[in-house]
Amino acid sequence: MEPQGLTESLHKHPFLSNMNEELLKTLTSCASNIVVPEGARLFKEGEDAKTFYLIRSGRIALELPGGERGMIRIQTIGPGEVLGWSWLISPYRWHFDAYAVEQVHAFAIDATCLRTKCETDYRFGYEMLRRFSEVLERRLEATRLQLLDVYGNAPGERGENY
Amino acid sequence: MTEIAPQTAELLHRSMVPCLATVRRIVWETDDTFTLLIDTAQMNGSPYSFKPGQFNMIYAFGTGESAISISSDPGKPGMLAHTIHRVGSVTSALSRLKRGSLIGLRGPYGTAWPLEEAAGKDICIAAGGIGLAPLRPIIYSLIRKRDLYGRIVILYGARSPLDLLYRVELEQWNKLPNTEVIITVDRGDSTWKGHIGVVTNLFSYIKLDSESTIAMVCGPEVMMKYTVEELQRRGLSQDQIYISMERNMKCGVGLCGHCQFGPKFICKDGPVFRLPDVYYLLEKKEL
Repeated sequence: MEPQGLTESLHKHPFLSNMNEELLKTLTSCASNIVVPEGARLFKEGEDAKTFYLIRSGRIALELPGGERGMIRIQTIGPGEVLGWSWLISPYRWHFDAYAVEQVHAFAIDATCLRTKCETDYRFGYEMLRRFSEVLERRLEATRLQLLDVYGNAPGERGENY
Repeated sequence: MTEIAPQTAELLHRSMVPCLATVRRIVWETDDTFTLLIDTAQMNGSPYSFKPGQFNMIYAFGTGESAISISSDPGKPGMLAHTIHRVGSVTSALSRLKRGSLIGLRGPYGTAWPLEEAAGKDICIAAGGIGLAPLRPIIYSLIRKRDLYGRIVILYGARSPLDLLYRVELEQWNKLPNTEVIITVDRGDSTWKGHIGVVTNLFSYIKLDSESTIAMVCGPEVMMKYTVEELQRRGLSQDQIYISMERNMKCGVGLCGHCQFGPKFICKDGPVFRLPDVYYLLEKKEL
């Protein structure tokens, strides 16, 4: 895809909505289009986080090793969402495995390229950090809700006579 | 001492006396949740009808009585369904009933989902766990007159794939025109190909017209709290949001006070509330 076409496509992704054109062009210079076939692994826990992904279609599953319980699928990431912020935080390593549950179309953003841009252009760096902070806040809130196990039965919650 | 007018006393008496109903069938939806199908063709010699969102008091003889939401189609009189989570002595007794067993039934009680207000509007239904059961009658009603409503989005979250209710119907509803069903589970495994995460995550995958959407929400209170926050974040006003509350109910008619929720009685003023009527109470602990 030509850089101009890529910029326009990136602009349509919810994560980058309302980003000013200049900053978007900076991001475009680190971005590419990728297609991930169903079942393929994007990365594995402990590997270097060289990329982050803006999902356009399809679904990615995140898995963690659960000891004797095997790999536990903890979350899925779908269209319009962001996959990965380990590229932003030292030592830049993934903390989980990621698989394509179905064929995925995504923008892949080169992390080394992006970190360099963030460090040389503070305005761009702040904008990226601000947007990622929102994602982090939402994920943290969702994780807390998930931890509450709201569909489980607390002992005596409904009364033993119910 | 205040005297009760004879007519009121008679009405109260009638509303407190259960009638006999016959179990037609029991369908197990999950390991611990079943649907009790009840023959209502002959009940007290008059036709039985209800509005979506209402509940009945169901009596298991020799054990006790519980308030259970109606989960069947209001447009199909003659057969009533209650989807029941087996959690205590009454619901366990109900789970052991067989075809032809007799139960005591009184109702329907309570307020209904805003079917008339929803006409001409988009509908967002958000259900968590067994909260899909009280919403099923409104889904049937919307589908029955599909042309009267705009886009329908049904967001449903459950604990795991094995805890999903009405799987076949969810698939059927998803195939209807201008209707979308999105399901998520809190815990999945590698065999589950759908979404994993809390039900509020599903709002990332839909666009709501904040001007013309009515939202109906039912599930655990914590889930409803986060869901209404998400709806408001997407531009819906509290007036556009309805929730169905749950408390242990005893009389069903606002006399005993078991289900008091601040100044409201869930059985009489609810279970379906417009959000502004109860939102401030959702924040209060131990209420």
